[in-house]
Amino acid sequence: MEPIHDVRLLAAILAPLVGAGLVMATGRKPNVREACSLLAALTLFGITASLVPDIKAGRMLTYTLFELLPGLSFTLRADALSMVFALAASFLWIVAVFYSAGYMRGLHEHEQTRFNTCFALALFGAIGCAFSNNLLTLYLFYEIVSVGTYPLVAHHQDEESYEGAKKYMVYLTTTAKGLIFPAMVLIYVLSGTLDFATNSHTGILPPDVHDGVVTGLYIACLIGFAKNGIMPLHSWLPSAMVAPTPVSALLHAVAVVKVGVFSTVRVMLYVFGTDTMGALNLGMPTAWFVSITILVGSIVALSKDNLKARLAYSTVSQLSYIVLGVALLTPQAIEGGLLHIANHAFSKITLFFCAGAIYVATHKKNISEMSGLGRTMPWTFGAFAIASLSMIGAPPVAGFVSKWYMLLGAMDAQAIGIVVVLLSSTLLNAAYFVPIVYKGFFGKPAIAAGHAAPAPSHGAHGASHGGSHDHHEGEAPLAMVIPLCITAAISVAIGIYPNFFLQFVQAVVK
Amino acid sequence: MIFAPLVAAAVAAFIPSERLLRWWSLIATLAIAVGSVALYTGFDLTTHAFQFVEFAPWIAAFRINYALGIDGISLLLILLTTFIMPLCVLASWKYITTRVKEFMICLLVMESAMIGVFSALDFVLFFVFWEAMLIPMTLMIGVWGGPRKVYAAVKFFIYTMAGSVFLLVAIVALYLWDPANQTFSIPELMGRPYSQSFQAWIFAAFFISFAIKVPMFPFHTWLPAAHVEAPTAGSVILASVLLKMGTYGFVRFCLPITPLGAAYHAPFVMWLSVAAILYGGFAALAQSDLKKLVAYSSVSHMGFATLGIFSLTTAGLQGATLVMINHGVTTGALFICVGIIYERLHTRDLGESAGLGKFAPVLAGMVGLFCLSSMAFPGTNSFIGEFLVLSGGFTVSTLMMCIAVPGVVAAAAYNLRMLQKFAYGSTKNPDHSGVPDLSAREIFALAPLVIFVLWIGLQPGPFVDVMKVSVDHLVQTTQAAIAQAAAVAAQ
Repeated sequence: MEPIHDVRLLAAILAPLVGAGLVMATGRKPNVREACSLLAALTLFGITASLVPDIKAGRMLTYTLFELLPGLSFTLRADALSMVFALAASFLWIVAVFYSAGYMRGLHEHEQTRFNTCFALALFGAIGCAFSNNLLTLYLFYEIVSVGTYPLVAHHQDEESYEGAKKYMVYLTTTAKGLIFPAMVLIYVLSGTLDFATNSHTGILPPDVHDGVVTGLYIACLIGFAKNGIMPLHSWLPSAMVAPTPVSALLHAVAVVKVGVFSTVRVMLYVFGTDTMGALNLGMPTAWFVSITILVGSIVALSKDNLKARLAYSTVSQLSYIVLGVALLTPQAIEGGLLHIANHAFSKITLFFCAGAIYVATHKKNISEMSGLGRTMPWTFGAFAIASLSMIGAPPVAGFVSKWYMLLGAMDAQAIGIVVVLLSSTLLNAAYFVPIVYKGFFGKPAIAAGHAAPAPSHGAHGASHGGSHDHHEGEAPLAMVIPLCITAAISVAIGIYPNFFLQFVQAVVK
Repeated sequence: MIFAPLVAAAVAAFIPSERLLRWWSLIATLAIAVGSVALYTGFDLTTHAFQFVEFAPWIAAFRINYALGIDGISLLLILLTTFIMPLCVLASWKYITTRVKEFMICLLVMESAMIGVFSALDFVLFFVFWEAMLIPMTLMIGVWGGPRKVYAAVKFFIYTMAGSVFLLVAIVALYLWDPANQTFSIPELMGRPYSQSFQAWIFAAFFISFAIKVPMFPFHTWLPAAHVEAPTAGSVILASVLLKMGTYGFVRFCLPITPLGAAYHAPFVMWLSVAAILYGGFAALAQSDLKKLVAYSSVSHMGFATLGIFSLTTAGLQGATLVMINHGVTTGALFICVGIIYERLHTRDLGESAGLGKFAPVLAGMVGLFCLSSMAFPGTNSFIGEFLVLSGGFTVSTLMMCIAVPGVVAAAAYNLRMLQKFAYGSTKNPDHSGVPDLSAREIFALAPLVIFVLWIGLQPGPFVDVMKVSVDHLVQTTQAAIAQAAAVAAQ
């Protein structure tokens, strides 16, 4: 499989970068600014989609940006694995542009230009990661994501957001600089190149490297990409939830954390390779290690009343599924894990979108206050229910497919313990998602103290005057509700027709 | 080339108007910078021999000659010097209000001496330039410096003079080594079969002298004092060029003249470098004075340079040379930025300047880029230098590199901390409304450095090519000498 030089890759990463520049330049006119974001997002998705036929045909596309030294270059590549992430991220950006316009305007947030610029920059980093051809390029874009999202996390510029953002930066740059950077240098010294292998089996490390060194490098990479949220270095993620919800949605359910797991998986499969991992018996310990995160993350999620915090811990837990799938090293488990990159993206963004919509419409953040909201916001809670089912892994929603493959793979690997982990985490998922949906639809509406209880017959509109905030009751603005319905619908669609993403992940395993 | 700035200084002595003086210095330094490009274009990339050699007998009785010549490494450093100088003139445009004439003359004399140091091929000539550089620098700190300028100037002077004495001893010892053929010629002194112990001693003398200049931990204490008190241009020259004299000395003298001494002391020096990386990094993290912060970051960065040099590998030396250039560009730029902030707020305190970025976004953008460069963000200049140094280091000792890694993390920490404070601050920031953003002059002073940050970061090819042959030759001869000595010892 000879790589083909293709300039579309350059265009793909330039789209969000140019978009960021245009957004900054047109900041004074909000409508033009949002149009620029949208244009960039559409361009990016268009370009990414145009790559699909080539990748389906089994081709690998590359584009060299800068050659630093022999074996050391900034090079882009599109292959099957890139496509899973790039398609999901670029499509969700389009949706998020609408949603964040609705959210930010709905709340009259400050510094919307900076917000949108950094949003585009973060996408630039994410797409760059997806299309990286070597560890150096991956590291570059990984760091761009870290730096570009700092202003988003610190957006509110109050004590809490500065604290959260500081933690975010400390965790992410320390691990990247302290583990990935030296690991990268050592890999370069050992193998003379940082280019990813062209298949997921062989890896790039020469066979004469000492096993201990390889294991050390592997651990450094697994922990070093701390955006993957594997415990114990996960706690930046809940702290980063101080950011506005569109940021949490796109970045912390899709771009940032997915950059983390994508990088982890990319390095596992294309730097170390399944053969090496199998030979050194690295797979099962990894699987057990991330199992801790899966279970503990879910249990912590149970204890959270703040909706975004619960979603954050759910993310921590779900991300580790992806690593778990790959670590099992059986073809089906790897397929399931990689599939979960896309499936989790669509479902989790829906959940965050819903959290944001609830906040904009009612200013409520805590689950305990959300009783009965399903009656006033049926679309939002409907989407939330669908996405919850996906997280739990109920058919026919997306999450089912990936869990199914992972379970098959786990059985294939004869790892009964892992099967138990997967099943019990499913129960836990149900335990922390179902009550929200149940309360939303069937719970009694909460009534603020000091107000007369509205008569039941007033229904939805009666409750609005009972709330402590005087704004309209009912659904959030359409710019927010439509995107979350779209992503929920897609969650169902890729649950029923999983083949679109499945064909790519199957190509990875080949 | 060397005398052009001197001539310009002489002319400057007769210019009465301050305004005219500034323009004259700017034009003169710019002209020299443009002229120095000819060195690059005329440079032969295929040979390690010294090029553009000039030779004239000077003091025949002692066989002292006027000998000049450059190789790939010195070429890069000379270009760095000539490019930094116009920016120094721009950076002191408004900062220096008293004794402008004397200041500009100092700057121009410095430039002569610095180019001289990088191109001298005769030890006495080298020493003359080396000392000549000291005087204008001391004056710059002592006359145009901050509140504790005299203390800083005297400290600087004493430290470097003390170092120079060792240098002089080493030079005389080398001169006397072969009574039949006494010479001060640097190329001739290379590769002579000195005994191991002689080399070790000569190396030690060189080392003390150059280590003070670099400055290596634990000889670094003059640096923060000098930086804090020096005017912007002084800090820039100090950081960008003067510190490179030390590392240049290591490369030019220690390795080729005393390869066995270098090999003997290399582990020790590498450990000191690692100490410098860590100490500089964490000390910088604790500073609230912007200039001190950048000064300590210099200690850390120069630790990478010496680490690379004494890994005695091609990658390490290439990386070290790049680190020297990068440090010149990035730290010089950061000092200019700090000077700009000081001109506006009359303080260098990090807390006082918190939140300034909101009112001066262009300045904040510039500071941001240079901070990223300083923390070796991929795609900027420092990254490639540190990458090469570490890859050179890993082939020597994995343990040592692992210990150095927290220093890399600290670099990220102090730079991001500075950037965060500057761009955001906290919820309670001092009021900076009405603080002007960058003027055209200041943008002009920083723009070339921005270009170099990205150019070296993304396309280091031209810079690596220039020094490649020289570095390869240096490493080969050094390693060959070490191997030979080992073979002799084995017999």
